[in-house]
Amino acid sequence: MAYVDADDHDGEHAAPTTFITKYVWSQDHKVIAVQYASVAILVGLIGVALSNLMRLQIGFPGVFEFITPERYYQFVTMHGMIMVIYLLTALFLGGFGNYVIPLMVGARDMVFPYMNMLSFWVYLLSVIVLLASFFVPGGPTGAGWTLYPPQAILPGTPGHEGGIVLMLVSLLIFIVATTMGGLNYVTTVLQARCEGMTLMRMPLSVWGIFTATVLALLAFPALFVSGVMMLLDKTLGTSFFMPALVSMGQVTDYKGGSPLLFQHLFWFFGHPEVYIVALPAFGIVSDLLSVHARKAIFGYRMMVWAIVVIGALSFVVWAHHMFVSGMSPWFGFFFATSTLIIAVPTAIKVYNWVLTLWRGDIHLTVPMLFTLAFLLTFLSGGLTGLFLGNVSVDIPLSGTYFVVAHFHMVMGVAPLLVVFGAIYHWFPKVSGRMLDDRLGQLHFWVTFIGTYLIYFPMHYLGVLGMPRRYYNFDGYQFIPPSAHAMNVFITVVALIVGAAQLVYVFNLVWSTFHGRPAGPNPWRAASLEWFTPQTPPAHGNWGERLPVVHRWAYAYSVPGATEDFIAQTAPAADGGLEPDHDEPAGRGHS
Amino acid sequence: MSAAGPLAMTGQGAGPEAGLPLRLRPGAAPGIALWAFIGVATSLFSLFIVAYVMRMSSPDATAIAMPWQLWLSSAWLVAGSMLMQRAAMLGGRAALARWPLRAAGACALAFVVVQWWAWQALLGQQVSLQGNPAGSFFYLLTAMHALHVAGGLVGWLVTMQVLRREPGGADESWRIALCARYWHFLLAVWLALFAALGLISPELAAAICGTSR
Repeated sequence: MAYVDADDHDGEHAAPTTFITKYVWSQDHKVIAVQYASVAILVGLIGVALSNLMRLQIGFPGVFEFITPERYYQFVTMHGMIMVIYLLTALFLGGFGNYVIPLMVGARDMVFPYMNMLSFWVYLLSVIVLLASFFVPGGPTGAGWTLYPPQAILPGTPGHEGGIVLMLVSLLIFIVATTMGGLNYVTTVLQARCEGMTLMRMPLSVWGIFTATVLALLAFPALFVSGVMMLLDKTLGTSFFMPALVSMGQVTDYKGGSPLLFQHLFWFFGHPEVYIVALPAFGIVSDLLSVHARKAIFGYRMMVWAIVVIGALSFVVWAHHMFVSGMSPWFGFFFATSTLIIAVPTAIKVYNWVLTLWRGDIHLTVPMLFTLAFLLTFLSGGLTGLFLGNVSVDIPLSGTYFVVAHFHMVMGVAPLLVVFGAIYHWFPKVSGRMLDDRLGQLHFWVTFIGTYLIYFPMHYLGVLGMPRRYYNFDGYQFIPPSAHAMNVFITVVALIVGAAQLVYVFNLVWSTFHGRPAGPNPWRAASLEWFTPQTPPAHGNWGERLPVVHRWAYAYSVPGATEDFIAQTAPAADGGLEPDHDEPAGRGHS
Repeated sequence: MSAAGPLAMTGQGAGPEAGLPLRLRPGAAPGIALWAFIGVATSLFSLFIVAYVMRMSSPDATAIAMPWQLWLSSAWLVAGSMLMQRAAMLGGRAALARWPLRAAGACALAFVVVQWWAWQALLGQQVSLQGNPAGSFFYLLTAMHALHVAGGLVGWLVTMQVLRREPGGADESWRIALCARYWHFLLAVWLALFAALGLISPELAAAICGTSR
């Protein structure tokens, strides 16, 4: 039996014929990917605007009267939640996951296209519910993105009525969407790979997204549990997290609840969430480095295992976010140690990226610039993580701008640089056109230099003891005038970087219609997604027959080859096989 | 196709698809997805139980007596699981598989009804959602599990629909086999929840958490 027949036994769905089924209620993974990415980018722009409003208050306190203390905290909270959950998680898994998984593993689509479509619409619903909180009385929650009880649901915190309820409901809906998508990604990777695409031939992008999806499936339930319980505390008066307390002079009916329980549940989700964002970025960076340095990724197997090990370790480090919450010194020791151990597989990845570049034929294309910028930024953010992973160093730095600088570098800027690099890289496949290179260079340099000018000084402010989350720093004797001047500088740069993102959005829209035609494989890449019969790929991706893969995705600059890359689909006799090549028996599936 | 029955999922079938690798057999993808979902649900209920233990270690927690109706509801779920297994074993013979499949669904419905009865019994004893955390968790965990059962009943209804529309169709065996797997998991989760609710006293919870009461 031909493999294609077996493949088409399950899951094939007819090509859409109407505008509605093609672009709105679409079950095509490529359209769903664009839908996911578009909504994520739009909501991300709102997140960037909120951060600029925050910076206006910090840089020029009292000048903008509409930024009241309540609104400031609402901006802080919504910025954090939007960027981490509704932008980065949705974009990496829903956007990139949807687009690249079927194309990179040689599948016609996700294995459950209908559920995939539902996943997007449920995600959109979660975004609408989240944004609706701006319009309810009291506005959105200002509890901080961690939503710690008891303050999150008590009077005194902005948005403690409708805002927090909508936030929790939105998160629960988002988790449903992510689970539907995640089940699809995992099953597609395990079940729908084309002939010859063994697990150890999959591009690292797929490995990163696959592992991050497993993390999401196992970690989001912790957010679900804490969300449901806090919702009950808020709406039905249970005391899961709420202790007995007096609020605004009134004795509440709450008794005995444990705020610490919430923190444990939140961070059991929260730390893997860092890697839900980082692992796809790691995978994509590996692929972009290899393509644009015309060199095979260094230590492919090691890179795969590093992704898996980092994913596993991410479940046993959560309490390093809670060192100041109080815990047994033995637990502190355990979580500090496990946190530092993660540095080992992470360092392996960084070394391997650098060794991939070593003696490579480096092309400083826009995607490559963003990728190199990621390496520097991730290294910087990762090193400050070593500081904060140690209990004795974390305690004085906790709650200062050092922490803000650290997590923005490592899981804000670094993954976003990968998002930009990846979009510049795959946009030609999605649209058939190139993004404008000059606008891309402008976007890159302003974003790269700008983010360093924003976050590097924040480390200094943190060491100085400047606390985060404060609305106004006037009147604090220990904060010198130079720190205020630094805040003005950071705010101005943040506004410039924010404006630069509009250049990027303009580039996306303009190039979609007027960009230079890209051809099928503008980067001369070897991985499967560049070898579809049509660009952009048509419904079903592969025409009459599924592709057959004969090698890994990293056959670049192979001695004796006619070109400096060999496609994954080229006959095995063309060479460029993976270093430890062992012809798989039978159909070749591991 | 149907000759292989649910064994197609385990690689022991003798049907025409027996020569295919496991991952390409009919129903293999939904089978993997169901395993993944079971992983998600296991994570969810495990975390609920961990939260229960931590909250029960607080000084304000007191144990509550489990209503006797829970034994009856457990019996319904055990019966449903056994009937579903019977249906899966008969999956290749559609006419025979139908009645245990219907009965297994009815058992799950009966389980939910008896759980509701148990709620009423506890409410009658003044155990409220807002009071003692043991009561709060009882209502929360049983409600979450009832939602889990409701999800299974949706899958069961879809399977019944497919069987009615295409009797003897290619999808029959693996659909019933997946229903059976889901029903066994429902039972396993319920038994774990029942044991946690009934056996983890505040004293035991405090001992587990290393706190004093």
